[in-house]
Amino acid sequence: MSSKATQQPFYLRVIVYAFVGFWLVLAAFPFLWTFWGSFKVELDFFSIADWTNALTGERTQQVHGSSFTGDGYEGAWVKEEFWRAVLNTFIVCFFVVTISLTFGTLGGYALSRSGHSYTFWLLIAALIARAMPQITLVSGYLLPFFEWNLWGYLPTSIIVLVAINQPFTLWMLHSFFQKIPKDLDESAKVDGCTQFQAFRFAIIPVMWPGVITTGLFSFLLAYNDFAVTTMLLNKENQTMVPKIASFLGTTQTEGNVMFAVAAVVSATAPLFILVMFFQRQIVSGLTAGAVKG
Amino acid sequence: MKHKTFFWFFLPTGLAMLLFIVLPIVSVILQSVFVEHEAVLAVVENCGPFGCKQETTIDQSATEALRTARPLGQFAGLEIYFNRGHLATAEVSEAWRSRDGLGDFLSTINNLPFYRAMSFTLVYTFTVTPLLIVLGFAIAVGVNSLHRHLKGLVIFFSLLPMIVTPLIGSLILFWMIDSRGILGSALQWMADDPTLSLKASTGLTWVMLIVYGVWHSAPFAFVVFYAGLQTLPKDTLESAMIDGASRWQQIRYVVIPHLMPLLTFVALIQLMDNFRVLEPIVGFSAEAHATSLSWIIFNDLAGETRLLSSAAATSVLTIIGVSILLSPVLVRTWRDFHSKAE
Repeated sequence: MSSKATQQPFYLRVIVYAFVGFWLVLAAFPFLWTFWGSFKVELDFFSIADWTNALTGERTQQVHGSSFTGDGYEGAWVKEEFWRAVLNTFIVCFFVVTISLTFGTLGGYALSRSGHSYTFWLLIAALIARAMPQITLVSGYLLPFFEWNLWGYLPTSIIVLVAINQPFTLWMLHSFFQKIPKDLDESAKVDGCTQFQAFRFAIIPVMWPGVITTGLFSFLLAYNDFAVTTMLLNKENQTMVPKIASFLGTTQTEGNVMFAVAAVVSATAPLFILVMFFQRQIVSGLTAGAVKG
Repeated sequence: MKHKTFFWFFLPTGLAMLLFIVLPIVSVILQSVFVEHEAVLAVVENCGPFGCKQETTIDQSATEALRTARPLGQFAGLEIYFNRGHLATAEVSEAWRSRDGLGDFLSTINNLPFYRAMSFTLVYTFTVTPLLIVLGFAIAVGVNSLHRHLKGLVIFFSLLPMIVTPLIGSLILFWMIDSRGILGSALQWMADDPTLSLKASTGLTWVMLIVYGVWHSAPFAFVVFYAGLQTLPKDTLESAMIDGASRWQQIRYVVIPHLMPLLTFVALIQLMDNFRVLEPIVGFSAEAHATSLSWIIFNDLAGETRLLSSAAATSVLTIIGVSILLSPVLVRTWRDFHSKAE
């Protein structure tokens, strides 16, 4: 749209730029500020005397002789064993993504290819399941898991997260599969393939863009989960988010708040990288459900 | 596709959802009508140098045995639903009888944990959702008119508040609005009040949580609307322009109707998500001023003695709340489905 008629008058252009600029600051500044502050001592990051201390690191200089310090990171990663939580998080995420994509592609494919009316009701049931707050489900798990000694282990949390993930995964993959022409697997079936062979040889090779996008969202759900991992994992098996939450409860003494700040920055970094590389997939995934519905 | 083939394809996902979404709901309903066993008491006669005394102690082994035999506890019917921690029927009717005007009645009700959480949850859900839709729409329209080299960069930074873990996002903001943090001191300076603390006042805490909610979810609305703007029919817009529609009229009569289906989608998803607000309350340590239904369940479950029945009863009430929230959508879908079938 670059014709003369659609060009904005100058004042409108200024307003638009100012507004978008304002939003950018709102969206990005908290992260930059916390990242910068994570290399300071607590008295600088939470400065009573002068807020510019958080920028210049005056107290940090007095204590460490330089205006940057990795103390928060050392405390979090080494002293509080944050690396263990990081490891657990990646184990959980890896298995949640793999298993939910396997289940989801099979189910989503079936839903998109079956013309029977129950597919509609299954999708509606999935939508209702999507609306259930996770914490209500967690309160249903606790008693049986205690009884059967399943509480506290990573596999338990993984399978629970997979299940909670399924409604969303199904909806998303269902709409992706509907975009793949039906002729593709129909003609494979005419050539003598069974339904599964048609899926295996005709659909799997072309489904990857949709699967990668869905996988990103499964990853985010597992990575960002708070309710399930906090309630279902014991202390040794904690992932990053419950670990950070536990920093808050126990460590309010000086210096330890900076452990939490460093841990928060460490946990945000992978998400930054993710957005950087997969921005296009995330945007297309968010709109996939919307365009259909 | 044949029924049998469909069954085998759908089995893994169906089984996962049945076991870990449907059964837990059944389990929650069951747990909510049982209470934990009371400890088995035993009267023991203790004889010392100063005579004998009768002492009542807890018979640990008998209690333990009872608990393993019947882990659900004692059947209690709907008792838990009506006790003080939940619907508090007795307290509510008492407050109604001894009320001193409607305001007084409401403030008494607001001291009961369930109603307190309910009021915050509803206020949060129904202020955050419209606000984030408006903000998201404004950003989408703004970004859409930018130069295309700038768009990618703006989208990258815009996604951050949504992608980041809710607990982490709220912690980052919480540290900034701390009275010693940058935003906290800025507010003190602006209000010219060195004792101002957002954490100390109920009203400000609510505002803070709502601001966080909008900040966190506006990017979602933005991305969806932005994608919708890409498919805007150009000829409709051009004919509106030829007819002399102003910029505002173009937005009002062409853009917004085009985005209407997307708006319903965003509103639906956000109503569901905002109704279960939990992480911001934990992250902002705001429980003294604001609690939500999810937070009550979380709090019951997280304590030293896990109050399973109490949590289960609140869960059932929350599920009922979610269904009420969803019912307009479900009724509409059902009608659409039937009109299509005919």
